[in-house]
Amino acid sequence: MNEKAATDYAIHTDKLNLWYGTFQALFDVDLDIKDGIITSLIGPSGCGKSTFLRSVNRINERLGYVRINGSIDVMGKNIYDPDVELLQVRKQIGMVFQRPNPLPLSIRDNVLFGYNIHMRKERASRSQKDEIMEAALRQVLLWDKVKDRLNARATELSLEEQQKLCIARLLPVKPTLLLMDEPCSALDPKGTEAVEELIWELRGQYTILIVTHNMAQARRASEECIFMLMGKVVEHGQTQDVFVTPKRKETSDYIEGRYG
Amino acid sequence: MLMTALLILPVLLILATLIHKGGSIISAEFLFSEPTNGMTAGGIFPALYGTIWLVAVALMISVPLGVAAALYLSEYAGDNWFTRIINLAIINLAGVPSIVHALFGVGAFVLFFGFGTSILAASLTLAIMTLPLIIVATKESLQAVPHAFREACWNMGATRWQTIRKVVLPNAVSGILTGVILEVSRTTGETAPIMFTGAAFFLPFLPESVFDQTMALSLHLYVVATQVPNVPDELPYGVALVLIAIVLLMNSLSIAFRMWLRGRKKW
Ligand SMILES: Nc1ncnc2c1ncn2[C@@H]1O[C@H](COP(=O)(O)OP(=O)(O)OP(=O)(O)O)[C@@H](O)[C@H]1O
Ligand SMILES: [Mg+2]
Repeated sequence: MNEKAATDYAIHTDKLNLWYGTFQALFDVDLDIKDGIITSLIGPSGCGKSTFLRSVNRINERLGYVRINGSIDVMGKNIYDPDVELLQVRKQIGMVFQRPNPLPLSIRDNVLFGYNIHMRKERASRSQKDEIMEAALRQVLLWDKVKDRLNARATELSLEEQQKLCIARLLPVKPTLLLMDEPCSALDPKGTEAVEELIWELRGQYTILIVTHNMAQARRASEECIFMLMGKVVEHGQTQDVFVTPKRKETSDYIEGRYG
Repeated sequence: MLMTALLILPVLLILATLIHKGGSIISAEFLFSEPTNGMTAGGIFPALYGTIWLVAVALMISVPLGVAAALYLSEYAGDNWFTRIINLAIINLAGVPSIVHALFGVGAFVLFFGFGTSILAASLTLAIMTLPLIIVATKESLQAVPHAFREACWNMGATRWQTIRKVVLPNAVSGILTGVILEVSRTTGETAPIMFTGAAFFLPFLPESVFDQTMALSLHLYVVATQVPNVPDELPYGVALVLIAIVLLMNSLSIAFRMWLRGRKKW
């Protein structure tokens, strides 16, 4: 295994470069994202935030034309090592997307989807599964709203509820790292507030990396903050420091709204 | 509106003519008895029976093959020169006239593989002919399933196969089945591909295995309409009516089925 990766970092990248065909989207990204806290990732549109998130759980590979070099360690393991099992990587890492994407199944089947895939050997009984499902739904503050219609289609829920469900379905497989790509941007202000509150609730139990375009959200809801520009990491530090006393001019320009 | 009426008119006219001229002959007796008097009287049972056999065996070959090919092309293979050539070949194959398929069937299945003129050879020919259309229909319904569902599954660590089985296929199955049913109706009416490969002019007995020859409705219609002297007028019209009824029934079934599944699907 890779010795130099310190395990108190949830994500450690070393000279990560990524190309979409001939277009380079990430340049020498070196990041150490601490375990157990919420880190926000900000930057103008197209700077590579989603690209970075998607390389951490190796979902970019499904596009045949993506090329990567450098290394990414998650919880001290290089996820590109040949002996690493992709499914185990994905099990450790949960991802939440911009648009809520519940599967066209019942609420119950959505929450237990990951569990049924990964924990087949456990042979959990129906009542054990029900407990697991209830715990997950309670944790995302959704249980009271859906407990009477667990067999309804998840796609019939409101967007806010769908997004909460998308978070809930990650929990039963006990991931260590949650990646969230603008999880609130499809929601109205009330929904945004509710989901933000939920993310804050999950703090401490999971390492969370959240992409956002909302400066106030980044400031309110994260402990560390990363600012990216044109595929490069410009600044990374305590959220307070990044916002109050940015070291780089680009950062302050962006925070004050001088970029798109 | 007018155009729609113009489209419907020929169908109605054909149906009306058939019913007018051949309707009187249709009866359970006609459907379930054998032709007699040198095919100038009696029923059509052997032909009906044979057509069902031919279509069923053809489907058993072309559906699994076609669905598997479409799954591979749309879910596993990337977009590269190899798959592009395959896709091009499929489209071209769909445009090949059925008589060419017939000749291919004779060469490949009857002679080369030595199946002789048999249900197997004829069904294989029909299967090859319908394969591209099944592949295209299946691919289209697979691609109609939003990509976000697949990503959601992969992100939770599902393998490609788990994703296909639990999410993609259940949502594509309506489209696939519609494609299949439409194929059934098309295959039912085909004459050229079966007439040299397995369908017989007249047979005094029913086929017992896929290695036997059989009669078939489409060919029977051709025979009684043009090849046999002194056939009463209503006989060919009756055969045609049965053939058209099967086709229309299958088509309406597929439309109704599609509407039913559409109504249940919500995302
Ligand atoms: N699948 C892809 N194929 C080719 N280029 C891509 C692909 N995805 C993203 N890109 C390009 O890579 C760059 C980074 O995109 P990315 O989606 O990571 O940006 P982002 O920071 O998430 O932007 P946004 O804030 O708009 O979501 C962009 O220039 C984009 O055009
Ligand atoms: Mg993005």
